[in-house]
Amino acid sequence: MISLLNNSLTYQKSGENCDMDRQTFAFFGGIYNNYLALAAAIDDANSRGAEKLFCLGDLGAFGPYPDRVFPLLIENDVQTVQGNYDHSIGNGLNDCQCGYTDPRDNHFAQISYDYTLANSSTSNCEWLKQLPTEIRFEVAGLRFLLCHGSPRKTNEFLWESTTSTHFLNRLTDEYQADVILGTHTGLHWSRELSEDRLFVNVGVLGRPANDGQTNVWYTMIEVIQSPGKSQVKLEFIPVEYDWERLVAEMHSEELPVEFQETIRTGWWTTCLEVLPGKERLRGRY
Amino acid sequence: MIATTSNREVPTVELESLDILWFQVSGTLCNLTCHHCFISCSPTNKTYGYLSLEDVEKQLRLSVDQGVREYYFTGGEPFLNRDLVPMIERSLNYGPVTVLTNGTVLKEAWLERLQSAAETSIYSLEFRVSIDGPTSEINDPIRGAGTFNRALEGIRKLSAYGFLPIVTMTQTWEDSESEEILNQFRKNLMQVGNDRPRLKILPRLKIGAEAERTSGYETYEKITPDMMDGYDTSQLLCSHSRVVTDRGIAVCPILIDSPSAILGETLNEATRSFELTHGACYTCYQYGAICTNPSSKRSQDS
Repeated sequence: MISLLNNSLTYQKSGENCDMDRQTFAFFGGIYNNYLALAAAIDDANSRGAEKLFCLGDLGAFGPYPDRVFPLLIENDVQTVQGNYDHSIGNGLNDCQCGYTDPRDNHFAQISYDYTLANSSTSNCEWLKQLPTEIRFEVAGLRFLLCHGSPRKTNEFLWESTTSTHFLNRLTDEYQADVILGTHTGLHWSRELSEDRLFVNVGVLGRPANDGQTNVWYTMIEVIQSPGKSQVKLEFIPVEYDWERLVAEMHSEELPVEFQETIRTGWWTTCLEVLPGKERLRGRY
Repeated sequence: MIATTSNREVPTVELESLDILWFQVSGTLCNLTCHHCFISCSPTNKTYGYLSLEDVEKQLRLSVDQGVREYYFTGGEPFLNRDLVPMIERSLNYGPVTVLTNGTVLKEAWLERLQSAAETSIYSLEFRVSIDGPTSEINDPIRGAGTFNRALEGIRKLSAYGFLPIVTMTQTWEDSESEEILNQFRKNLMQVGNDRPRLKILPRLKIGAEAERTSGYETYEKITPDMMDGYDTSQLLCSHSRVVTDRGIAVCPILIDSPSAILGETLNEATRSFELTHGACYTCYQYGAICTNPSSKRSQDS
């Protein structure tokens, strides 16, 4: 059973489940070179008892020093899905395949892509190239499917306001999953589906959620198994990190002031054209 | 797949996934007679008629099993259909809605209701407003005298009711002029309260009235089977969309004037593959998902 409470889907205790087995997982999305936020999120997830850490891709973009992300993922055994950015960097393509339509958005996307490609080591590019495009596992009879954009296309945007519930039901049917987790849009959200199934956009660590706050977000899921049933507790976790240091490093790497402003203010300044109306209205620009 | 038509091999596209359901809600009836309209809509073109509220509600119910992701309302001018507002209100219970309008007939009472519906729905209600240049000198010769100012007034009303309209333009100027024209356009939109202009540029579709205005497609502007090698078919609207009309289910909103566009009476009958025989298919191939909002566009596979 799942139920929604503020930013979390919360398990409702019945008082009868004394023989319960709990497993906790942390899911990170869109790192965008923000190694400082990634390090903070890993520490936070470990402190909350996460047994396994996952990353749903797009390690590069806006931020500085792309190579600083990789040791954190590898040393902490973070199982990682390949995002469109990772596919592009790993294969040395000309752009990030982000799907922007506006010339201004493409201009800024190209700056961060060219910077990331030029500053990624050969061995890290090789590591990106071999990443899987999805990860599946089963816990307590629940089939988890981890992808980047959608199960059917790495760079498909699944926004909260432009994705119908019956479409998500179809995806869970077609891809035989009970819980689908993705990222790619940069905004965290979840939807309860039929037959107690669930879709989750885990959010991103790379930049704030266009809400005027400097923190970033990741997702924790606790699977609770008791005799005869499995339950999911979902929580979106805000992460505070040293964003002032990040901005200083972006400045010293001569990355655009527009990117720095987003980190500093929490409002998106670029890549706005792909936002649906409802999500766009929540932001400043 | 490949089919043979008139001694020419043409590729066919399967409906891979019914993601977008269009409603040709006002048929081919429009209050304007634009010289570049690809289906020659006008106040007197009754080739296709209005859909009823019952038609739309029935298809909405059926769309649940199909797992449709988004709903688009088009015409003609959708707001000529007096049931459009309740149609949109009910559709927002099912999924996101986009309305393609010329912006010239909007009434504030309708927008007040739609603002309320949009605020209470979890889904987006988008308006795409067609204007074809930053000035009346560029727009009006194509869309009709006075239409530039009337459409800007529509943008002003939509902005006042809390919407962020997407302004769509068919590119009727040279590429080298684009930056200047679009900057001018943004300034004009901001002056009517649209402080975050969203622009979508459409390629010319050389069919219908546009074929008369300039020229139709050349014979070489067709998709050949070898062009489909390695091509990502999800870029083509016919791979993930169908159109509800009062004459049956059509393959895409661009081709409804073609007899081959009607694929069946019901959605289930209209799932068969489609032969890419048309010049407009060539434009869709070149530009990719030209009818889709930027938020739903799927980038090509590398």
